[in-house]
Amino acid sequence: MIRALHRWPGLLALVLVTILALSGAALSVFPAAERLAAPQAGAGISVAELAARVQEAYPGVEQIRRAPSGRITAYWFDADTPGSAVIDPATGRGVASADPYPVQRWLTNLHRSLFLGDAGRMTMAMAAAVMLVLSVSGVLLVARRMGGWRRWFARLRGPWPGRIHTEIARVAVIGLALSSATALWMAASTFDLLPDGPAAPALPTEVSGQSGAALATMAPLAATPVAELRELSFPYPDDATDVFTLKTDRGTGYLDQGTGKLLAWAEPTGWQRVSEIALMLHTGQGAAALGLVLGVMALGVPVMGATGVILWLAGRRARPRIRGNHPAKRAATILLVGSEAGSTWGFAATLHGALTAAGQSVHVAPMSGFDPGRYPLAERFIILAATWGEGQAPATAKGFLDRLAALTSVPDAPLAVLGFGDRSFPAYCAFADEVARLAAAKGWARLLPIDTVDRQSPQDFARWGRALGEALAIELALAHQPMAPPTKALTLISRRDYGAEVQAPTAILRFALPEISLWQRLTGRGFARFRAGDLLGILPEGSDLPRLYSLASERRDGFVEIVVRKLPGGLCSGQLLALEPGQKVRAFVRRNPGFHPAPGAAPLILIGAGTGIGPLAGIIRGNRKRRPVHLFFGMRHPDSDFLYGEDLPGWRADGRLARVTTAVSRGAKPDYVQDALRAEGAEIARLIRGGARIMVCGGREMAAGVAEALADFLAPAGLTPITLKARGRYAEDIY
Amino acid sequence: MKSLLTTLALTTALTLPGLAQARPVTLTTTLSGYGGDGAYLVLYVTDARGAYAGTLWMAGDKSKYYQSLGDWYRATGGNPAQINGITGASVGAGQSLKITLDLADALFDAGYVLHIDAAVEEMRDSPNEIALPLTSAGAGKPVRGRRYIANFRYDM
Repeated sequence: MIRALHRWPGLLALVLVTILALSGAALSVFPAAERLAAPQAGAGISVAELAARVQEAYPGVEQIRRAPSGRITAYWFDADTPGSAVIDPATGRGVASADPYPVQRWLTNLHRSLFLGDAGRMTMAMAAAVMLVLSVSGVLLVARRMGGWRRWFARLRGPWPGRIHTEIARVAVIGLALSSATALWMAASTFDLLPDGPAAPALPTEVSGQSGAALATMAPLAATPVAELRELSFPYPDDATDVFTLKTDRGTGYLDQGTGKLLAWAEPTGWQRVSEIALMLHTGQGAAALGLVLGVMALGVPVMGATGVILWLAGRRARPRIRGNHPAKRAATILLVGSEAGSTWGFAATLHGALTAAGQSVHVAPMSGFDPGRYPLAERFIILAATWGEGQAPATAKGFLDRLAALTSVPDAPLAVLGFGDRSFPAYCAFADEVARLAAAKGWARLLPIDTVDRQSPQDFARWGRALGEALAIELALAHQPMAPPTKALTLISRRDYGAEVQAPTAILRFALPEISLWQRLTGRGFARFRAGDLLGILPEGSDLPRLYSLASERRDGFVEIVVRKLPGGLCSGQLLALEPGQKVRAFVRRNPGFHPAPGAAPLILIGAGTGIGPLAGIIRGNRKRRPVHLFFGMRHPDSDFLYGEDLPGWRADGRLARVTTAVSRGAKPDYVQDALRAEGAEIARLIRGGARIMVCGGREMAAGVAEALADFLAPAGLTPITLKARGRYAEDIY
Repeated sequence: MKSLLTTLALTTALTLPGLAQARPVTLTTTLSGYGGDGAYLVLYVTDARGAYAGTLWMAGDKSKYYQSLGDWYRATGGNPAQINGITGASVGAGQSLKITLDLADALFDAGYVLHIDAAVEEMRDSPNEIALPLTSAGAGKPVRGRRYIANFRYDM
């Protein structure tokens, strides 16, 4: 809801808001320039003194005005010829032209009315209203993104358009909100919607009838410092009934031209004062420094506009149209989507397509539209839910939990929940977990146990799809490719084989580095920059679905290395293990910043089993700074699947690897890597207390066992794997 | 070129003297190229004693600027009833304002004076830009304003 309130007004009014901001930024310079250029009155000088000086210089003076910048302008008639000038208050003489700057006038008219009169004024007032809506909705979005108001200035994560957008917004929003709110006030005043009309005192009915009092002797003028003056109008030369009109910061009054006495006085109303403050805050007239600050903040608007459009386009690309969506009341399968940036919709579209192809009637809708009364034919519910920030509901799932919690009876049709997330975040799939937990607590029957998709993994999704197909007794093949990255042909240069004797044929495959274009080299894209722990996507023959493998080498090594175990019936692993040197596969690189060793000299504790040693070996090989690395490696049998067994002694000898502890699961005494960890618990706890970082790579069960073991012997130190994760000191790459 | 044909129910002050007769009068105001935004103009009439008698036309629709039309504002207090139904757009530099009104015969050759106050944003206010006695003989003779009006004439 808030996101829609931010997106659509922003896109629709993009051009207008940009014109407003740029012209406003340009206009913000003028008050400051005027303040610097105008000769300022000395502190002690009174309006009486000033008026006397001006009158001496210009006997036909009609009016003296003082702008908030301190600039004093006099208007006079000299033998029926009108004259005007900016006055130096020290001499009363003109020093500069009083004509308005054409550029400022042009910019002002563009800024407030696009040169289109009242229609233009209303248009620009609407644009200001949009700006205010964008500011308020933006504030709420930033607070949500950062995970709370207190984290307003916390470090930003994510792709650059969103980062820049938020970075500017969280500083500039205060100025933009102020400028747009005051603009609306001024527009309302211009269109007579506010009771802030001028409070002029009634014209005196009785005047002395005399004229010619000396200005210097007029008590009200002598009592008014120039700093408070706004305007002093002189009576008509030949009209003894006319009066002086004095306007100051404190009010408006009339003075008798014969006696100099104050005849009437009126103070501005509260409304008027508010309007004056709004004018000052908006234009910077009388607050030049603030004006400049607001102007600089306004310059952020075009940048936010551009990044906002990029964000919107990226989200739109990721959110495909659902073709042939069944209406809610006629669908047997209700597919509810909770997506933030839109990528989960892509998975929903794939699922919708596959189910529809299998003859199912499917209704796809955002989770926030969930209403159990609307699905009379529903036979099953499927929820695909991403997680936003630190475990909050994503944009299209707002209110879902509240609605579910408020239900007196849940639907009879069973429910399957699939979470989407990134294991490098502590709150991995936290929202999906919460949905599943609440559904179970409310007694909603389960179609499938909750499952998760890590970093848009096509394999995870396909695996869940098979489980769903079994539950529905249909053939369901979900081939979802989030975005098709350009692939390169990689040529195998060598392979080392392991594990055949323990029924786990595994190979370390080393490919030649492909050719890298100049553009990729400059931008660091593709194979131009990768590190151990990043992912290599491989497109096997006969499938559009890439399989992701952890990279066991970095760019500097000059080759691309992965560790692959042959899975029974595995299409891609089968092809890879059949690969001979000289043959090629199609592949691309995907960054995995959550599984890089953090910079620094702190010791690393690397824990892996089976093929999980791949990225860990790559990290050790790249450890040129010789930081202390302790490797725990679990295998089946040292004679068969001791991956990198030949390399470890060399790495130990040259200091890249400080210690190796192995665990062998097949033998007289089965030993797993978590058992090896426990055996050295005291030493590991000591390292972690000293700042060591932990990286775990391997199967899910092993990772769970490792976390459990660590939790046990870290508890005395007041640490848990979760707190370490939150501090970026515990990284997992699990499959 | 602005051209307006308006039959007015003028304020009582203007209609009372002319119980019997009225005639169409065309008022043409041409502004000089003074180099500023559109001017606010107000055309009004004072009687033989100099007292405000009534308003003929207000060019400019934002009441918050009316106080810059100093003489008129002081005479009327900016009362919107004085210009109800006889308000138009402000007049740009170098442009003309042409209005045709049914004015009472009694307004002519009886000491009534037609005034125009003018004001431009960010420029000087010009109350009493023009003060012209309404006479039958004066019809068709252009006069010059003090600051913004290049010429003004009325034709019967």
